[in-house]
Amino acid sequence: MDLNLTAEEITFRDELRAWLSTNVPKDWSEWREKPIEESFPYLRAWQRKLHEGCWAAVSWPKEYGGRSATLMQQALFWEEMARVEAPPMANSLGLGLIGPTIIACGTEAQKKRFIPKILSAEEIWCQGFSEPNAGSDLAGLQMEARLDGDHYIVNGQKVWTSYGWVGDWCELVVRTDASAAKHKGLTVLLVDMKSPGVEVRPLRQMTGESEFNELFFRDVRVPAENILGKVNDGWNVAMSTLMYERGSYGARLHLIFKRYMTRLIELARTIQRNGRPAAEDPVIRQKLAQCSAEIEIMRFNQMRAFSRITATGVPGPEGSIQKIFWSELNQRLQQIAQELLGSYGQLLAGDPNAVDKGLWSYAYLRTRGNTIEAGTSEVQRNIIGHFVLGLPRSY
Amino acid sequence: MQFGLSESQEFLKDSARKFFAGECPSAEVRRLMETNTAYDAALWSKLTDQGYTGIIFPEEYGGVGLGKVELMLLMEEAGRALLPGPFFSTVVLAGSVLDAVGTPAHKKRYLAPICRGESRATVAILEAGASWNPRDVQLSAANGKLTGEKFFVSDAAIADFIVVVARNGVFLVDSKASGLKISPMSGMDLTRKLYVVEFSNTPAEEIGSTKDLPRAFEIATTALAAELVGGMQRILEITVEYAKTRKQFGKPIGIFQAVQHQCADMYLETESSRSAVYYAGWALEENSPDAATAVSIAKMYASDAGRAVGNRGIQIHGGMGFTWENDLHLYYRRAKSSETAFGDATFHRERIASMVIDSGSVCAKSA
Repeated sequence: MDLNLTAEEITFRDELRAWLSTNVPKDWSEWREKPIEESFPYLRAWQRKLHEGCWAAVSWPKEYGGRSATLMQQALFWEEMARVEAPPMANSLGLGLIGPTIIACGTEAQKKRFIPKILSAEEIWCQGFSEPNAGSDLAGLQMEARLDGDHYIVNGQKVWTSYGWVGDWCELVVRTDASAAKHKGLTVLLVDMKSPGVEVRPLRQMTGESEFNELFFRDVRVPAENILGKVNDGWNVAMSTLMYERGSYGARLHLIFKRYMTRLIELARTIQRNGRPAAEDPVIRQKLAQCSAEIEIMRFNQMRAFSRITATGVPGPEGSIQKIFWSELNQRLQQIAQELLGSYGQLLAGDPNAVDKGLWSYAYLRTRGNTIEAGTSEVQRNIIGHFVLGLPRSY
Repeated sequence: MQFGLSESQEFLKDSARKFFAGECPSAEVRRLMETNTAYDAALWSKLTDQGYTGIIFPEEYGGVGLGKVELMLLMEEAGRALLPGPFFSTVVLAGSVLDAVGTPAHKKRYLAPICRGESRATVAILEAGASWNPRDVQLSAANGKLTGEKFFVSDAAIADFIVVVARNGVFLVDSKASGLKISPMSGMDLTRKLYVVEFSNTPAEEIGSTKDLPRAFEIATTALAAELVGGMQRILEITVEYAKTRKQFGKPIGIFQAVQHQCADMYLETESSRSAVYYAGWALEENSPDAATAVSIAKMYASDAGRAVGNRGIQIHGGMGFTWENDLHLYYRRAKSSETAFGDATFHRERIASMVIDSGSVCAKSA
């Protein structure tokens, strides 16, 4: 055990710091509250800049435009990005999930065709996994793909598709063999979103925004060469994508949560409670301390998991611990913010009395989604129960 | 950065696990807990042969000179086996205090026999108010004599000497000293006995200043959290095994999500406690500026998690979990005793609050 950074890690971090200090946009704060439709070109430009510095996909192998960064270096990357409050990258699903899956499962032709444009944000990717009747039970999905000559004809509906509205391409899981057992009849197709028969509708969520879309496919023709991996092996391909999702997402959260805490502590010094600053109230102190401690433990867990994955070579079901931990912690954190702010906590962006431009009311509502998106807490507990503890499958 | 155990750390942990499985099985724990002191001379000499009694102390005093992370690994395995007797009191607590506050002469005289397995010892801290805040210590020595009472002193009846925390210094009292009275307290944990220690004009040797105590107490606090992690690990193992084999409605109960998800939470709580303890051990070893915070984070989390894991384990066992014959309650009792010792979660949250809110310092250094 040695938690000091290695010389390579320090070099990596310092190089990134130096690059960020001259390249990170200074005006992101003016853009961040605008609708994403408006800021999207800005985010594309930012990703292009990162790509020019070879920072867009540090985890990818060097031969594909990455830096072959270790997990620790990836964690450092997200920490540094969070530290300078860098904007997100436009093609975050392409970079984080779909690109790595194409690199792992794709043909040489597919890698050549898709990878460069994922990096440069020329082509934005979305993910067609969940369906109205296939959420936690993803393998029960019904979107049909029928082979017709050298094309598949795709029919059905997807839901909860992030970036659907701007997506040029979609990693789509379809059923190619209805007679096979449900996990065995699935295939992953790479689908051009401009194909005739694809319709994208916004899905308005409880926060009022539309981060997600519904996708409707009516007789959409997809060339058979766009299969990712093997026919009827789509479950394994999709699972490798989800492992990336659960494995790496938490890395950037430590500083973000810490920033929330720093702000809450600042607020607690000015908000009065029982005639004195809330920061002196024993109940509030207990809650803030609990939350601060859990934010650190989230990071310790993460570092241990990274070390384990580095030793074993593959992201495993331990990612489920991270997913449960950060999502439930974020909900507790936002509840504490609400308790601290009292009546002001409910004020929305645009209200002249709203604290921090309505950040807290928004975050309170948004965190409800945290324990649902990317695998519900219940599914994560099933994964731990079955795959980690060896308990019988409950479903 | 590497947060996994090194090969030698894995080896130490593994050999400790095997040692305790062989020398301290459940039947032995149950035998010892029914004795007055839960101490066994033969077991102690085997602990000594393993080098455990000198694990973190300098070689010049007969110690092994390993680090704090290694100590935490040993304590984790000791906790998993529910090692009874004065190991924590003697080695972790008294040993660390002597190492932190004593002069070389004191260490030669008192720490070396601990390393060699010849002395048992403990530290008397709490008073009637049972406050873990050092400011609340009232007892004072006058003219080399102590008069007053200490409470919740672990393993005092088997100690060859008692280290006493007083307002005006750290003192050492020989077990045969005049005016010393040791009476048992009936604690929930049957494997680590507690006592009231009364001093009446009792001769006491000053061995150092209280200003050097905090680091020793931080080692002890983290070691208790490590022990809790081992206990949680064992409860998790027993419970998962039970959930796989116990059948109701024709199925193993672990197939039901109401049961399975509790097991998943036990795993999450155990692993998170372990991460916090390992980090604290490392921070202590490195004298990292966030060590005090890291210790409180570990003790806070493990104190609550130890209880929660015990609750879930007993609940999943149903009626079996409520019986005397099942080992769960032995761990559950230890967990309660360790939860309060050196400050419970509420105590450590307030400590964290004072470090994070009042000083405005960041919680832990980030890379």
